[in-house]
Amino acid sequence: MSNSVLTPSRRSQYVAAFLVITYALITMIPLAWIFLTGFKSPADAISYPPKVIFEPTLEGYVNLFTTRTRQTEDFLAANPPENWADEIVRQYDMVIVGPSKFGERFLNSVIIGFGSTFLSVFLGTLAAYAFSRFRVPLKDDLLFFILSTRMMPPVAVAIPIFLMFRNLGLSDTHLGMILLYTGVNISLAVWLLKGFIDEIPREYEEAALIDGYTRFQSFYKVILPQAASGIAATAIFCLIFSWNEYAFAVLLTSATAQTAPPFIPTIIGIGGLDWPAVAAGATLFLIPVMIFTILMRKHLLSGITFGAVRK
Amino acid sequence: MAEIVVQNVRKTFGDFVAVSDSSFTVQDGEFFVLLGPSGCGKTTTLRMIAGLEVPTSGQIFLDGAEVSQTRPSERDIAFVFQMFALYPHMNVRKNIAYPLVSQGLSRAVVRAKVDEVAQILGIDHILDNPVSGLSGGDRQRVALGRAIVRNPKAFMMDEPLGALDAEFRESMAEELRSLHDRMGATTVYVTHDQLEAMQMGDKIIVMNHGVIEQFGTPQEIYDYPASLFVADFIGSPSMNFLPFQGTVRKGATQVLIDKHTIAIPELLEDADGELILGVRPEHVFLTKNSGLPAKVIATEYLGTSQIVTLETAKSEIKARIDADQCADTGGTVQLEFHSPAISIFNEASGRALQFDRGLMAG
Repeated sequence: MSNSVLTPSRRSQYVAAFLVITYALITMIPLAWIFLTGFKSPADAISYPPKVIFEPTLEGYVNLFTTRTRQTEDFLAANPPENWADEIVRQYDMVIVGPSKFGERFLNSVIIGFGSTFLSVFLGTLAAYAFSRFRVPLKDDLLFFILSTRMMPPVAVAIPIFLMFRNLGLSDTHLGMILLYTGVNISLAVWLLKGFIDEIPREYEEAALIDGYTRFQSFYKVILPQAASGIAATAIFCLIFSWNEYAFAVLLTSATAQTAPPFIPTIIGIGGLDWPAVAAGATLFLIPVMIFTILMRKHLLSGITFGAVRK
Repeated sequence: MAEIVVQNVRKTFGDFVAVSDSSFTVQDGEFFVLLGPSGCGKTTTLRMIAGLEVPTSGQIFLDGAEVSQTRPSERDIAFVFQMFALYPHMNVRKNIAYPLVSQGLSRAVVRAKVDEVAQILGIDHILDNPVSGLSGGDRQRVALGRAIVRNPKAFMMDEPLGALDAEFRESMAEELRSLHDRMGATTVYVTHDQLEAMQMGDKIIVMNHGVIEQFGTPQEIYDYPASLFVADFIGSPSMNFLPFQGTVRKGATQVLIDKHTIAIPELLEDADGELILGVRPEHVFLTKNSGLPAKVIATEYLGTSQIVTLETAKSEIKARIDADQCADTGGTVQLEFHSPAISIFNEASGRALQFDRGLMAG
């Protein structure tokens, strides 16, 4: 085996693989634990020592999606279970009386998360293009101002925002949350995307201008495809923030626009410490971001290197 | 095809003057070269003609119409960029077709035109390849294809050979020139390579610090440089300079340097003070009799000729002499100059003095 400077030796390849796999396992253990807990019975979920092997049940998912009431034995005898879900809750002398709010909250998360991500990336791309290509008066000051909105934790301005939203009628609305998350994300989007667009040679657009296209056409047809990986990476960062955001969601939403993060912990209070239902909610909550990231994966790698190894 | 007239065009970026009051005319069908060191304003001039920059003042006429403030898309000019700027997300065919698509031509017409252009450039076999895998020469041809496909009024080329390997550059230069001869299209070509400019240009403009130093045919620029800058910039090795102090009068036919008389063409103007005599290396002869004494410092053998570096009392001089002529390093020789080819510059202004060259030639 000849080892050049560029190809690492067999042994260092094994060491590297071992480290990467170990790291991946360590980071995945909590996720795996949440996934497993979602299929445990409440008793198994809190047993000590923790059970790795257990009898799986869909109890957690049923409890997550339904509201239930305790009934008398006479009532239970008179009304046989209607379906498999009903059967599961009968073992606790309960019947399903209707759906829970989880579906609604989850949908709110989707609308607000993807809505604000789209808006951040859309506005961010246009702003980044302008900052990258034009002589904007006070460009450096504006860019600094945009960045400065990230210099303190967003929650530091929670009270002014709470009051402002109340006066504007934006409290507990989808629009309000989309605007809020966009406001937080836009600085990240502008700065990241400006970096990507700076990397794209101006000649591409100039060639398009010469070839008979307007500036907007050349932006749309030549720059956007080139910036695709940057846009994808930015979109993932924006989505992860707005999807996971908890503090503002607790403060500003309640009945109509509440997202999943503040909703999931409330399950604990409904019928005792229902950890399997919480775990089931958390598992489902992970899925959209996971799918989005997998869809964008092909762009993500080149995106995360921030243009460091382009060409 | 079109005539391009640039009139008093000036371009500043903040306090920096990129191009100052330039005027010139590119004749219809001419291969016109803008030559100069980097930062001299040649590319800015080209970009103003193409419409990628707007002049601070002045006019640009394309085919008689004033275009200095119009969009590039309205000028019908093609541009070949130094790095080619091929659209990386499109294949070769789409790249060449792109200017036609913007004109809203039908698919069949676009296809036919792209095929025709690809045939001319010899790239019909790579039409469906992505541009990322192409060699430098093929990229160059695709860029040219994109330029010629819509038959524009004029071509702008910004150092199109600059990104190619040295060995490939020469053949591509020939290819470019023969393409030009075949199409007869007005071409404005920017380069910092004087050999390229001499080889390809019908007319050359030499620029420096945003100012046009000289405008003329390659022969005029080489033989009769209008300024010290041009004399130094053009030619390899560049023109030799012999500084001297003195007074020359209109009608004079000789100057005195270090008590040696050197014959010059008949002067058409007076000058005095710090002057510089300029002579090309191939117009310096080594003799054994009378002449300017010099010591041989070094020789470079170049096959058909050799470059001899000589030290005189005034300055170092390079002579291009036959390869078989003997020049011993360390030896002393006398120098004579080919008088009709001598230039004299005023050191303060950098400008060349006027001679009656016609009389000398006759």
